[in-house]
Amino acid sequence: MADAFIAGLCEKVRDHAARKAPLRIRGGGSKDFYGERSEGEILDLSSYAGIVAYEPKELVVTVRAGTRLEELEAALAAERQMLAFEPPHFGPGATIGGAVAAGLSGPRRPYAGAVRDFVLGTRIVNGKGEDLAFGGRVIKNVAGYDVSRLMAGALGTLGVITEISFKVLPLPAAEATLEFEMDEARAIEQCNLWAGQPLPLSATAWQDGRLRVRLSGAPPAVAAAKAKMGGAGVDAGDYWRDLREQRLAFFAGSPLLWRLSVPQAAPPIATGAQLIEWGGGVRWVAGEINALDVRSSLQRTGGHATLFRGGDGSIGVFQPLQPALAKIHRRLKEAFDPAGILNRGRMYAF
Amino acid sequence: MEALAGAGLRDRTLEALRRIQPPPRVVADEEGLKPFETDAFIQRRETPMLAALPETEAQVRAIVSACNSLGVPVVSRGAGTGISGGAIPRRDGVLLVLSRMTRVLEVDALGRSATVEPGVRNLHVSEVAAPHGLFYAPDPSSQSVCSIGGNVAENAGGIHCLKYGLTTHNLLALRVVDADGDVFEAGSRALDAQGYDVLALLAGSEGNLGVITQAVVKLLPLPERVETLLGAFPSVRQAADAVSEIIGAGIVPAALEMMDRIVIEACERCWAMGFPAGAEALLLAEVDGGAEEAREALEAVRSIMQRCGASQVRSAEDAAERERLWRARKGAFTALASILPDYYTIDGTIPRRCLPGVLERVYELAAEYGLTVGNVFHAGDGNIHPCIFYDANKPGDLAHAEEMGGRILEHCVEVGGTITGEHGVGVEKLRQMCVQFRPAELAAFHDVKRAFDPRGILNPGKAVPTLKRCAEWGGMHVHGGRLPHPDIPRF
Repeated sequence: MADAFIAGLCEKVRDHAARKAPLRIRGGGSKDFYGERSEGEILDLSSYAGIVAYEPKELVVTVRAGTRLEELEAALAAERQMLAFEPPHFGPGATIGGAVAAGLSGPRRPYAGAVRDFVLGTRIVNGKGEDLAFGGRVIKNVAGYDVSRLMAGALGTLGVITEISFKVLPLPAAEATLEFEMDEARAIEQCNLWAGQPLPLSATAWQDGRLRVRLSGAPPAVAAAKAKMGGAGVDAGDYWRDLREQRLAFFAGSPLLWRLSVPQAAPPIATGAQLIEWGGGVRWVAGEINALDVRSSLQRTGGHATLFRGGDGSIGVFQPLQPALAKIHRRLKEAFDPAGILNRGRMYAF
Repeated sequence: MEALAGAGLRDRTLEALRRIQPPPRVVADEEGLKPFETDAFIQRRETPMLAALPETEAQVRAIVSACNSLGVPVVSRGAGTGISGGAIPRRDGVLLVLSRMTRVLEVDALGRSATVEPGVRNLHVSEVAAPHGLFYAPDPSSQSVCSIGGNVAENAGGIHCLKYGLTTHNLLALRVVDADGDVFEAGSRALDAQGYDVLALLAGSEGNLGVITQAVVKLLPLPERVETLLGAFPSVRQAADAVSEIIGAGIVPAALEMMDRIVIEACERCWAMGFPAGAEALLLAEVDGGAEEAREALEAVRSIMQRCGASQVRSAEDAAERERLWRARKGAFTALASILPDYYTIDGTIPRRCLPGVLERVYELAAEYGLTVGNVFHAGDGNIHPCIFYDANKPGDLAHAEEMGGRILEHCVEVGGTITGEHGVGVEKLRQMCVQFRPAELAAFHDVKRAFDPRGILNPGKAVPTLKRCAEWGGMHVHGGRLPHPDIPRF
């Protein structure tokens, strides 16, 4: 049945490629809001679901793209393991394929790694309708170019992801949240100072003069870190999940949500009310910003600004690429999808 | 006629390189080119047409542009420690030697990154980070000499990958000169970059996609405490079980290394380590982190080793003792050289659960080929390194060893693994690439290369075999133990 699905998918892509008729790849539709608008017939991957292989002692799981994120996380949790990049769902239908294509990672990212860091292999159907496998199911693999990681965050523009193998990690045995009163500049600096010490940090969030830090790890490590860092231990409840899912009041403040990705130690950026995550590496801004100014100043320091939600098409969702890099992007798109049918325009014009 | 054309091209290339302002050092005489004829894959040698040793990115751009317009291949080389032949020169090409680009441009202690030129040695990055309580995690065994540019090109691993990842996990950004001579930045000093993950493609691209002129690498906090312990086991299977049990218990050791009897005996002969008689396998485990965390993990690993049948478990009481335990691992290759001076190291990765079976297969093959094999490897990663001993003075012995190595790698693919975990394909494993990948996948790799290098001047003929070569070799693709589309005819 699985083989028939892939064969049908290849056939469909070949047919669309021949007619240059665009396809919009879709899992649960939970991230439809993200990226530029894309036209085309919907290619639904949600029925291609299920865990293909899971060996907890290998720390490796292989899963079909349409598998619901919730379901995968529950299967891992039953073995006391997790996807360490803590992907946001943004809706109950979220699929693992969509999570990888969107390339979004959650609060644990600065301390554990991003989606791409945990992808070991992918199976894709490229824009020519070819069923291809890259990477594998082992931790270390340098055979061939690392096309699997390239798929993470490519928003389906280079291939239809059908299967993914991940490295998974043990669930931390203990977790605690500390709270500190701190202004923005001090909080950013403090998060970076802590990250330079062997502390079991697993998330940070600053808003309105209040910094929250999550610690995860072996119980003695968490206890020792609490003693060392000070601050007030708080019962975080669902705070970290709500942060990941953007359900905190901050995110309801405006229909426009900007995500500024900057070097973690970058000083405060004056652009209105912010929620700061990732030890300073992500600054969320709810509301209007001067996109041109912010983007050109971030470009100089090694950052970029994404219009995460609420764009009306008047401003590009993604920061434009430098010409030499844009050239490589266009050629990569052409290499994987010469007819330009996969999620056309979802990321950049091509 | 062809020789004449070749000489003409050499002269024109030399002239173009000499016109660059300020001029890079260019080596053109046979004697001066001699040291560059191979990397650490010494089985293969070739004298480059010319070698250029730039000191700046501007010179790199000018050299690549000149070669691109003349259609002359460019092979990049760092310290030349690669063991798959990725930096072996071409008689018709320029060897671009980056070993003079050795500046550490910035150490950002607060932001935990270092910006370095490609010729900076791997260990030097940790040395400049140490005063800030930081280190650079990837630690290939050649770390005192190998350079960052080469580490990125090969996506180098090391002993501590299980916890800290490969080079690709420890990179923030690269400055790269593509085949057109254009400079672009892949990745970013932020935790993500806009667009495609070009950084991922470049890591491990073996000099095929661009020339790295700068790398921004991540620095991590030095652990507060490191605990090391060594378990001796009466069988490889019991040691392999211990590996699975440790990881299954939710412990992620910083390192988990295994050595088999041949290696144990060699170490014993060299240093009288005092291992229990009859030990078939040694497991060296390192756990690190906060003091309490490391101590707790140490006790957990000790009890798992004992439960799995270890005949002896020793932990290091101090740094001197730790050094002594690690000597068996790090000095294993030196010790092995006391058996026979020439050996050939294999680099397959397999699912950990397949370790006992694959090692048995390795011993069977050794018996079949009448060769001696020692195993010392990254058990936690499932990354095996059988060392096949041969006699370089015996005609045909190397070819015999290479053939056996090829069969080990093919077996790795059969059990769902890969032909190279950290050494790269280079020229060494081109043939096995035809086993691991199907023609359409290899074609996709060539398409990726064209996106960066349309004329194919960057390290041509390495890392990815042409479909034609695979057809000539009669390579049969085996994926995860089964043949895909068994119904279609094979070429």
